[in-house]
Order: sequence, then structure tokens, then C-alpha cells
Amino acid sequence: MGFFVEVLLSGLMAGVLYSLVALGFVLIFKASGVFNFAQGAMVLFAALTFVRLLDILKDSFAPITLSLIITIAMMVMLAMAIERLVLRPLVNQPGISLFMATLGIAYFLDGFGQTLWGSDIYTLDIGIPKGSIFILESVFDGGILVAKEDLVATVIAGLLVVTLAIFFQKTRIGRALRAVADDHQAAQSIGIPLNYIWVIVWTVAGLVALVAGVIWGSKLGVQFSLSLIALKALPVLILGGFESVLGAIVGGLIIGAGEKLSEIYIGPYVGGGIEYWFAYMLALGFLMFRPQGLFGEVHIDRV
Amino acid sequence: MTQNANLLSIKNIEVIYDHVILVLKGVSLDVPEGSIVALLGGNGAGKSTTLKSISNLLQAERGDVTKGSIIFKDERIDKLNPSIVVKKGIVQVMEGRHCFAHLTIEENLLTGAFTRTASRREIADSLEKVYNYFPRLKQRRSSLAGFTSGGEQQMTAVGRALMAKPKMILLDEPSMGLAPQIVSEIFEIVENLNKKENVSFLLAEQNTTVALRHADYGYILENGRIVMDGPANELANNEDVKEFYLGISGAGRKSFRDAKHYRRRKRWLA
Repeated sequence: MGFFVEVLLSGLMAGVLYSLVALGFVLIFKASGVFNFAQGAMVLFAALTFVRLLDILKDSFAPITLSLIITIAMMVMLAMAIERLVLRPLVNQPGISLFMATLGIAYFLDGFGQTLWGSDIYTLDIGIPKGSIFILESVFDGGILVAKEDLVATVIAGLLVVTLAIFFQKTRIGRALRAVADDHQAAQSIGIPLNYIWVIVWTVAGLVALVAGVIWGSKLGVQFSLSLIALKALPVLILGGFESVLGAIVGGLIIGAGEKLSEIYIGPYVGGGIEYWFAYMLALGFLMFRPQGLFGEVHIDRV
Repeated sequence: MTQNANLLSIKNIEVIYDHVILVLKGVSLDVPEGSIVALLGGNGAGKSTTLKSISNLLQAERGDVTKGSIIFKDERIDKLNPSIVVKKGIVQVMEGRHCFAHLTIEENLLTGAFTRTASRREIADSLEKVYNYFPRLKQRRSSLAGFTSGGEQQMTAVGRALMAKPKMILLDEPSMGLAPQIVSEIFEIVENLNKKENVSFLLAEQNTTVALRHADYGYILENGRIVMDGPANELANNEDVKEFYLGISGAGRKSFRDAKHYRRRKRWLA
């Protein structure tokens, strides 16, 4: 039993990291109906910028804070540039055009980030505790082994999600974001400036990408493969629903836990490797039986 | 009414879509402060385009005002960003309602106050006022707008526009797809708002009978030109208007062939 819980927990915590990436997708999809293929590239770009700045500023008085501030400024500028150069000329174009545009942004960012900062693998250390600890020793014999960094990541992700949920549901800007997601033109007709909203939403997505990039980066090192975790976010989105912040979280947890559990308990019978395709199979199943995902919005059509 | 009492005046505007399609061929009209002005005409006459050129929602549809000027409170407002036009006091209620389907009725209304820098208190007061005019919305305040009836959506759209505290509302085809009873209910409220809140209306309608009953003044648009204008009661009694738009003919039933011929000639003269 202790072993099962241990596997489950490690899966859930890996899932939290998937959720973080998926969140970035959800934000942009909610506010503009665009599937932002560049989210993975943004994760890489943010992490690269951060890790390199950390290196440049290592002798200053507060390297982490300073690099964080500069990286955030970079993400804001990136959001403004994307709005000005890509989104504004494409107002009222079909979703697929915008999707193709984000493909372009993804390749640009991959290349630009690596040209600017180099394409080596960088280790990122911002003082997230490493190593493992035993918890719940009184409940289970021998306790449960968890990685400290996973615990920290979980707490950070939790805070981020709560903040975002409040932002979207309760604030004036959050409401405007949802309004724009529903109907661009109507939002414009009541005076919501689309340009401003898009800058905000891409900035928020950029910040989420930064958080995801820093956490993933300190786990795996900052390298090109970070931009590929976007592919893992895809099944998470299909499972949770493209419009739901909650869905991104629950989807990530299910996929994380499912991967680890299936690997441990079913893997031995089929020769292992389930981890790599489990998420996609689950997504396929969902596409067939519940295409809007667990928490996605059912398309409202009045007849 | 004197010239300077005009809240909005459009002078000879020309609108071209996609750089080639000429839709408005020199339209001029005035909306005096505190009045309801109806813009009438059939499909494709240019009613919506006229409204959208005022609110400047044209840009997103690749439309462009190439000639003429639009003056609101002695100030040119053509070429302004749509959100600035709203801030200056003109809100458009678009054809087909365009509520935010996944927001509740109340959230829909609240988004209407986006451009206002008002305190929570003032916004809550405005909300209460809208609920007073549309009691039905209050009952349904927490249902998703996408699941409400067409009439309720139209009310939400008008209420949402009111939340911006506009001087003027551009109302595009409020009767579309609604039962006659709901249509007259909505027009009653429009007239009420006009009198009590001093909001001026520019109203694009195909439903000429209802529009002329509630408006002060009317313009008739055909093929991108104003072909006739006058006080609403005069228009309603005009023989041509009666025949073409109200379906009433002085000489009883007329052969369809004659009617078509006469009408075609008229359009050419226009």
C-alpha cells in the first residue's frame, strides 16, 4: 500500500508540471480562441533568458530577483511584439490562420532564443531544495519517499492556479478576457480594446511559461527539449478541456498519475515503455467519447 | 430643430469594403439630441454599414470610410478606435444580439461598464437601473446568456450598452427573429429610456411599421443612398413608403408586375 501511494504521489507531482504548461495554452485559448502552438517555445525562451541572465548577473547583489524582473520585462515585451506584429493584422481571421501564425512564432522563438542565449544545456539552480524526504512515516510502514523539488513545484503551481482562477472569475479585466474569448466583435462594440486584452493575455501566458520553465529547467536543465513538453500538454488539454483552468490541473494530475501507475503495474506484462504513450492513448479515448474534455465548455448552439 | 442641437451628424460619407465594394454612396443624416431616429430600408441597403461606420467596427470587416465626416458633439469621430468611440458616449448594439454566450446575464451587463472608471457603488447603481428597465433580466441574472431566449438576449444586449452610460445608442435591427409581442415590449423600453435617461437612438430597422411608430424622424436608405427622409408620422403616411415598406396600397390590390416596374423605376431615379 505504501508503495502504491508513493507511485501515485510521484505521478501526481509530475502531473502538476504538465498542468503548468497546459495552463499557458488554456489562458490564450480562453481569451482568443487561438490554440497557441508557441507555448512550449515560450517556456524554453523564458527559461533560457532567465538562466542566462542569472549567469550574467551572478556577481550583482540580488541575481535571482534581478534576472526575474528582467525576464518578466522580456516576456511583456514579447507579448506586445506578438500582438503588434502577428495578432493585430489578423483580427477577425479564421482560427486556423491564427493557429498557423502561432506555429511561426514557435519556430521563431526557438531559433531566436538559442541564437541569443546559446544552445547548450544549462543547469538552473535557484535554491529549490534538492533530494528526497520521507513523509507520512506514521501511516505507512517505512514512510513515503518524495522529492523535495516536486513538493515545492506543487505548492507554486497551486498558488498560481488559485491566483489565475480569481483573476478570471472575479476581476473586471478577467471578465473582459472571457468576453473577448466569446465574441471579439461584441467585445469591441462595448468598448473593450482588443489590443490591450491580447497583450495582457499573452503576458500572463508568458509568466506562466516562465514559472513552468524555471521549475522544469531546474529539474531537467534548461535545454531545447523543454519546448517539446508542449507535446505532453496536448493530451492534458484534451482530457481537461481547452477552456478550463481547472481542467488543465485535473487533466495534468490524471495523466501524471496514470503514466506512473500504468508503467509500474501494467508495464511488466507488456514489456514497459507505457509511460511514453499512455497519455496519448487516453487522449484518443477522450476524443472519441467526450471531445469537450472533462471540464471543457459544451458548445452552446441555439436552434 | 436648429443645426447645432444635433448630437450626431453624418456628412456625405462613402464606405468601401475591401477597397473595391462601394456600399455607402454619400449618406448624410442628423440625430438631434434626445431623439429617436430610424434608419429604414431593405436588405443590403447599407443600414448596418452606416451604424458600423459610426462605431468604427468597420475596420474589422475590412471596411473603410473614404469620404465625408462623422461629427459627434462638435468633434470628428471617424477613424477613432472603437473603444474610444464608446468612451465618448456612443455604443452600438449589434445585429443578432451578440451576447457573450458563456457569461451569465449579470456578467454580460457588467462587461458593458468596462470603459467606465467608476466606483463599485456607481456600477452597482447602474446595474440596478438596468434591472429596473428589464425586470426579466433580474430573474435570470445568473443563467448563461447562451441559454436564454432571443428576447432576453436582446434585452441583455441593450442593457449591456446602457451600462456604459452612453449619450447615444446605435441599435441595429432589434426586432430580428423576435415575436411581435417581444418586439413591441423592447421598443416600449427604448422609448422609455429615451425619455427618462435622455439617451438618443439611431435605429436601423426593416420592420418599418414598428420603427416609425416609435421614432421621431426617419431616413430611408436604398442602395447606399438616402432616398427620402422626414418626420416619422409624415413618412408613415407617405404613399410611396406605404406601398413599398408598409405593404399598404391606396388603390387596393395591385398586380405584382406593375408594382415591380414602378419600383424599379423609382430606384433608378434615386
